[in-house]
Amino acid sequence: MQKNLTVTSSPHLRSSRSTKSIMQEVCLALAPAGIAGVVLFGWQALAIILTSVLSCVLSEYFFQRLNHKKILIGDWSAVVTGLLLAYNIPANAPLWIPLIGGIIAIVLVKQLFGGLGGNFMNPALTARAILFVSWSGIMSNYPATRFMTDATTSGTPLVQIAAGENIAIRDLLLGNCGGVLGETCKIAILLGGLYLLIRGIADWRIPVCFIGSAFVCYLIQDGFQVAVLEILSGGLLLGAFFMATDYVTCPMSGSGRVIMGVGCGILLFVIRSYATYIEGCSFAILFMNVMTPLIDRFTAGRLFGEVKTRG
Amino acid sequence: MAEKKNTFWNAFLNGLLFENPTFVLMVGMCPTLAVTTAASNAIGMGLSTTVVLVCSNLFISLLRNMISDKIRIPAFIVVIASFVTMVEMALKAYLPDLSATLGLYIPLIVVNCIIFARAESFAFKNGPVLALGDGLGMGFGFTLAITILASIREIFGAGTIFGLSIMGEGYKPMSLLTAPAGGFLTLGILLILVNLGRKKVDAWSKARKEAEAV
Repeated sequence: MQKNLTVTSSPHLRSSRSTKSIMQEVCLALAPAGIAGVVLFGWQALAIILTSVLSCVLSEYFFQRLNHKKILIGDWSAVVTGLLLAYNIPANAPLWIPLIGGIIAIVLVKQLFGGLGGNFMNPALTARAILFVSWSGIMSNYPATRFMTDATTSGTPLVQIAAGENIAIRDLLLGNCGGVLGETCKIAILLGGLYLLIRGIADWRIPVCFIGSAFVCYLIQDGFQVAVLEILSGGLLLGAFFMATDYVTCPMSGSGRVIMGVGCGILLFVIRSYATYIEGCSFAILFMNVMTPLIDRFTAGRLFGEVKTRG
Repeated sequence: MAEKKNTFWNAFLNGLLFENPTFVLMVGMCPTLAVTTAASNAIGMGLSTTVVLVCSNLFISLLRNMISDKIRIPAFIVVIASFVTMVEMALKAYLPDLSATLGLYIPLIVVNCIIFARAESFAFKNGPVLALGDGLGMGFGFTLAITILASIREIFGAGTIFGLSIMGEGYKPMSLLTAPAGGFLTLGILLILVNLGRKKVDAWSKARKEAEAV
C-alpha cells in the first residue's frame, strides 16, 4: 500500500526540462551568432570561442573539485557563460583575454557566490565589464570584417551614427560592421532569440520591453531613422535576448520583468547618449541585475487570502 | 596556551595577528581601500596611523583615571586630534611628496575607527604598558595588512612595486585593480584567503589539544 503512494511537497508539476536541456537549447540558439562571427572574422574568432568555453568549463571543474563540491560541469551552464563571454570580445584580441575572462566569470562572479543560481550579476557580462575596464585598449579595438575591403580596424556603427555617417541597414543586419565577435550579425541573433522565445525558454517581456523602451527613447530624441539604426547597432539585441533574460539575475514575476526590460532600455539610451562610454548595453544590464532583488521585493505576489496590512 | 596572560607581548601579537584590525576586526576600512593603490602610500599611511595610535593609546591609558566616563569620547577626540595634527605637520615639513599623495587621508586619521576602537575598548581599561603594546601591535598589523593589499594592487594593476617596474615589457597591467573597484575585489579575495587560513589553524590547534588530552 505504502509503495503506491508518493508523498512529496509541492510543486507537483512535472516536466522533461532540466537545467541541462535548457542550457543546451540556449547553446543551440547562440550557435548562429557564433557561426556568423567565424564567417565574418575568420578562424581567430573560433579560437576565441573555444578558449573562452574551455576556460569557463575548466575553471568550474577545478573550483568544484578543489572545494570538494559536486562537479556540475555536465549542466552546460558554464558552456553558455563561455559562449556569451566570447561573443563580447573583439575577434582580434589575444587569447589570454578570454582565458582570464573565463576564470573571472566562473570563479569570481559565479562560484564564490554559491554557483549556479547564487550569482547576483550575469557572469559573462561582469567578466566583460572587468576586462573592458582593465584592458580598454584591447577590448575596444574592433577588427574589420573580411568583407570590408578598405580597412583593417573599424569603429562600431554607434560611433558612425554619432558622427552622422550613412550606414546601410543591410550591412548591420548581415553583420558587415565593426563590433565584438558575436554582436554584429543581427539576423543570426534574431534567429536565435526568436527560437528562445518560441520555445518559451526566455520570457518575451524582457527583450520586448528592453528594445521597445530604447526605441521609444530614440524616437523622441532623434526620430525614426536614427532609432532603427541604434536598435540594430552595438550589443543591444544580443544583450536583450541572451543576457538580460538570464534566469538567475532577472526578476521572477512578470511585472518585475517588464520593469527590468524598461529599466535596461532607458539606461542603455542614457549611457549611449550622455555618458562617456559609446556602448551602454552591458552596464545597463548589470545595473538592472543589481536592482533585481529590489524589484522582486516590490512585485512579489500575495498569498491567497493574505490581507494588505498597510495601504 | 592554557590562559592568555596580559603581557606586553601578548597585546602586541594580538594586534599584529590574532585580532588584525584589517583582516579580523575589519575596522578602518576607509583608508584601507583608499590609499592602497601603491605600496609606498600604504606604508606611509600605516606608519602615520601607528604613530598616532601608539601615542593616543599611551596618553589615554595614562589619563584614564582622570577622564570622567561621561565625557570620554570628546576627550579621546582631543587627544587623537592633537597627535594627528603633529603627524600632519611633520609629514608636510619632512615628506612633502607623501603628504601630497595621501592628502585628505592624513587629517582623516582623527576619525579612523581603529584608533577610536582601541582607545575605547583597550586603552581606557588597561595600564600604559599594555596599551603601548596594543598600539604597536595594532599599528603594525594595520601597516602590514594594507601593505600586502597595496603590493598586490600595485604589482598586478600597474606592473610595479614601490615604483620599480618588475613585470617586464610585455605585461599588460590590469588597471581595474588600481581603480576603486579593484580595492574592494582585492580586499575580498584576501579576506577569503585569511579566513581559510584561520579555519585551518583552528582545526589544527583543536586536533593538537585533543591529542594532548589523550
